[in-house]
Amino acid sequence: MANATLVHEEIIAPRTPKSLLGAKFAVLGVIWLSSALILRGNSTLPLDRSSLTSVHTWLSGLSSAIDRNRNSNPFFVNTIDKIRSSINTFVNLLQDAISQGTATRSVPQIGWLGVVAIIGLVVALWASIRVAILAVAGFITLGLLGLWQESMDTLALTLAAVVLSLLIGIPFGVLAGLFPKFEKLITPVLDFAQVMPTFVYLTPVTLFFLIGPASATIVTLIYSIPPALRITAVAIREVPWSTVEASISMGSTRWQALRKVQLPQAKRTIVVGINQTIMAALSMVTIAALIDAPGLGRVVVQALETLNVGRSFQAGLAIVIMAVVLDRSTTAAAAKVQIATSHKKPVSRRVTRSTKWLGLAITLVAIYLSNVYLWASQFPGAGLLGIKVAAIADSATGWIQLHLVTVTNGLTNIFSYGLINPIQSVLVDAPWYTTAAALVLTGYLLKGTRLAAVVAICIAILLVSGLWSDSMVTLAATLVAALITVVLGIAVGTWVGRSMRVDRILRPILDAGQVMPAFVYLVPFLGLFGATRFTAIMAAVVYASPAAIKLVADGIRSVPESITEAAISAGSNTWQLITKVQLPSARRAIALAINQGLIYVLAMVVVGGLVGAGGLGYLVVAGFAQENLKGKGLAAGVAIVMLGIMIDRITQAVADRRDVHAKTIR
Amino acid sequence: MVSKGAKRRGPLLLLIVVTSLVLAACGGTKVGSSNSAAPTTSTSAKACGTFNLAVNPWVGYEADAAVVAYIAQTKLGCTVVKKNLSEEISWQGFSTGEVDAVLENWGHADLVKKYITDQKVAQDAGPSGNKGVIGWYVPPFLAAAHPDIVDSKNLNKYANLFKTSESGGKGAFLDGDPSYVTNDEALMKNLKLNFKVVYTGSEAALITAFRNGQTQKKPVIGYFYEPQWFLSEVALKHVALPAYTAGCDTDPKKVACDYPPYELNKVVSVKFATSGSPAWNLVKNFSWTNDDQNLVAKYIAQDKMTDDQAAKKWVDANPDKVKAWMAG
Repeated sequence: MANATLVHEEIIAPRTPKSLLGAKFAVLGVIWLSSALILRGNSTLPLDRSSLTSVHTWLSGLSSAIDRNRNSNPFFVNTIDKIRSSINTFVNLLQDAISQGTATRSVPQIGWLGVVAIIGLVVALWASIRVAILAVAGFITLGLLGLWQESMDTLALTLAAVVLSLLIGIPFGVLAGLFPKFEKLITPVLDFAQVMPTFVYLTPVTLFFLIGPASATIVTLIYSIPPALRITAVAIREVPWSTVEASISMGSTRWQALRKVQLPQAKRTIVVGINQTIMAALSMVTIAALIDAPGLGRVVVQALETLNVGRSFQAGLAIVIMAVVLDRSTTAAAAKVQIATSHKKPVSRRVTRSTKWLGLAITLVAIYLSNVYLWASQFPGAGLLGIKVAAIADSATGWIQLHLVTVTNGLTNIFSYGLINPIQSVLVDAPWYTTAAALVLTGYLLKGTRLAAVVAICIAILLVSGLWSDSMVTLAATLVAALITVVLGIAVGTWVGRSMRVDRILRPILDAGQVMPAFVYLVPFLGLFGATRFTAIMAAVVYASPAAIKLVADGIRSVPESITEAAISAGSNTWQLITKVQLPSARRAIALAINQGLIYVLAMVVVGGLVGAGGLGYLVVAGFAQENLKGKGLAAGVAIVMLGIMIDRITQAVADRRDVHAKTIR
Repeated sequence: MVSKGAKRRGPLLLLIVVTSLVLAACGGTKVGSSNSAAPTTSTSAKACGTFNLAVNPWVGYEADAAVVAYIAQTKLGCTVVKKNLSEEISWQGFSTGEVDAVLENWGHADLVKKYITDQKVAQDAGPSGNKGVIGWYVPPFLAAAHPDIVDSKNLNKYANLFKTSESGGKGAFLDGDPSYVTNDEALMKNLKLNFKVVYTGSEAALITAFRNGQTQKKPVIGYFYEPQWFLSEVALKHVALPAYTAGCDTDPKKVACDYPPYELNKVVSVKFATSGSPAWNLVKNFSWTNDDQNLVAKYIAQDKMTDDQAAKKWVDANPDKVKAWMAG
């Protein structure tokens, strides 16, 4: 088993057997920890809150220079303004259609009845009747919550962002799938786009694209293009090369092979990418509200000003409903694509066609009615459901805060004194060079000089940013949050993966955790855990654990039934089955869950800065709010990206090793 | 489920559905039949046009904006576009021409320098009448239990009360929204106070801390400011620092005195000020007291009225003030 020559994969790493590698890491860890403790307090590179380094001042100056030239530079006046006005036109078109009145008309062209009918029809045609019923019920609930217009504003902005993301993401994704060199080139760009906190580029984007729908759309695009692009690339690469070669040998050109063979076969995975793009776009609604984007996000932000938990929960719930509807619809559409591409023809063409016509006719009538009559245009009723939901949320938070606060305070103290403080003090007080050396060596042991170089570059940039000490504060909190996330991910994920029933019950809750804006649960969390790092960690866990749970569950489920059955017939009990068979076979999924868990946790660093976690997150927020800290905020954003890239590459290398290792056994 | 017959039943069903839907609709009000009554053309001296008003994210400002927007809309016939923006981006809007006015500005010397002095795209439009106070506060129960706590000289005696998991053995002092300039770290050092500044990072976090401190009788001390709607819920007590004298805060590293009193002011874009719009006249004359603002803020934050409802209530009760704002 330890014979490395069995490995057929091309690995650049030093071919160290696993057990030996483990021993090396243990030695490395002991050396780092003891030197950190012996030399503690030396070369920790602290920097006061209000102090700036020359790099920060330089970055501030850079953005001011752009600011000054905004209106005179031909690049802005011609290129940027053209992009801006065409995006504005596109978004306004959608808004006029479903959400906003115009100068001559007080209501949108298509009222609620029309929108509901269109959603029903589209979902029924591309996904299934069952999901269509869910979608219609979901959209009617938005109206009953008293948030119809806000929801439509959010839908219009999300649709615009998703369409543009796909227009850009899919072609570039195909390119990345075809040309690995191109993919290598843009991967760091995508990393930046996904990990860089939005607060950092909110101000520059509004400077370039001005206040309005264009800026809100661009901010969303930055975050929603990467999933579309990445997943498309994976989709293209998954298509077996032999089928492409076969097609070329039969005389088709490269372009024909792409169009006739690769794209159709990649379709299903590309639809998964569309799904992820929609989710990413929806997760930006509250941030976009900070630059005047209309919709549900604004309700959440305004409710936060008065700490109105009920009202913000009401809007948060609407966002969750919209996300679930869009998620289920696109997932069902993906499943249908798969059935269609795996040859079987639809059950009966004729029937479907006549029902289609009927659906179309009903939809057209509904659109007409909603255009002409007020009752079909503006959602009737005063949103009583919304008022009730808000009242329930208010009293629930009140009750929890009153009765659980001793428990939660205790929990905060246990975690803070027992885990966060020790980890943070080791990381922050250690000399920078010992930690840096340990990280670079980790990279080398895992994947040789290439990974070591990547880690070294990240560390160098961290040092240049002048924020080493704050980075270590953030890293400590990130590690604790990731630890909790991974434990939850494995425990709950195993449970979910073993039972479809549990899955069905928990999935909506997991979805809610992923798309409910953090601003909604910030106030209750602050009430429970105070303005502490632990509050930030809990918020990160809420956001990150659903992804980890889903990934682990998926991994458990994909363990071939023959293996589990063999284990059961060999007399394993449930515990043995889980620990000896299912979890080890789902290794790769667990490693991926750790990787994604860490990245998701890092995405919440800025939210942590809003609730007392300090560190890089606070600096980003402060940079957004104060002119003279702008450069420092930007540097903090870059530092977060560097931590992200480092964590991502290292955990991925671990995952790859496990993968290789698993293959070696076979 | 659907059988072969569906093909023939299709058109029939369609007919039924269409007619029943159309019939059901017959009694409804048509779109546009009522909206012609809404914004009648008030042919006043000068057309107002569009008025772009920044709305910064705190309730006191929302109260200002609610009243000004209501008057501009109903009495001057302006099309008011409220833009929900942070302070930084609002000022940036002066230079890009997207924002006409900011109604409550808290100092921001850096932005004044950039947009008024250097770029010359914005100008001061006079005080808003509101007096801003920044300072240190404790919840009222604590001040009642330890009357001498409201003087910073006595704080070290109580530092132990404020210890938390975040403060590294010292007392925790909470700082809030990073939008405001604070000298608190320097103050701790220069006044030799045994406290560590903990950055809560948002107004929501700060208010929650004070609110829970009061209800759970848990000692809390932190940075806060007036006017603020929360003070009408919990009347925080101001902690005295060595008195402010002009220039005592010039060197941020050596500050050892209280924050200066703030005369909150209005800022407008130069373009707006020279446009001759009646909205500019309104903004220029707008001025009210902290009590006025607190009242409207209370309507919004605690009575949960919409901006327009709150503004209407106040405007109807204060016709004289409104009249003065609209005078030439």
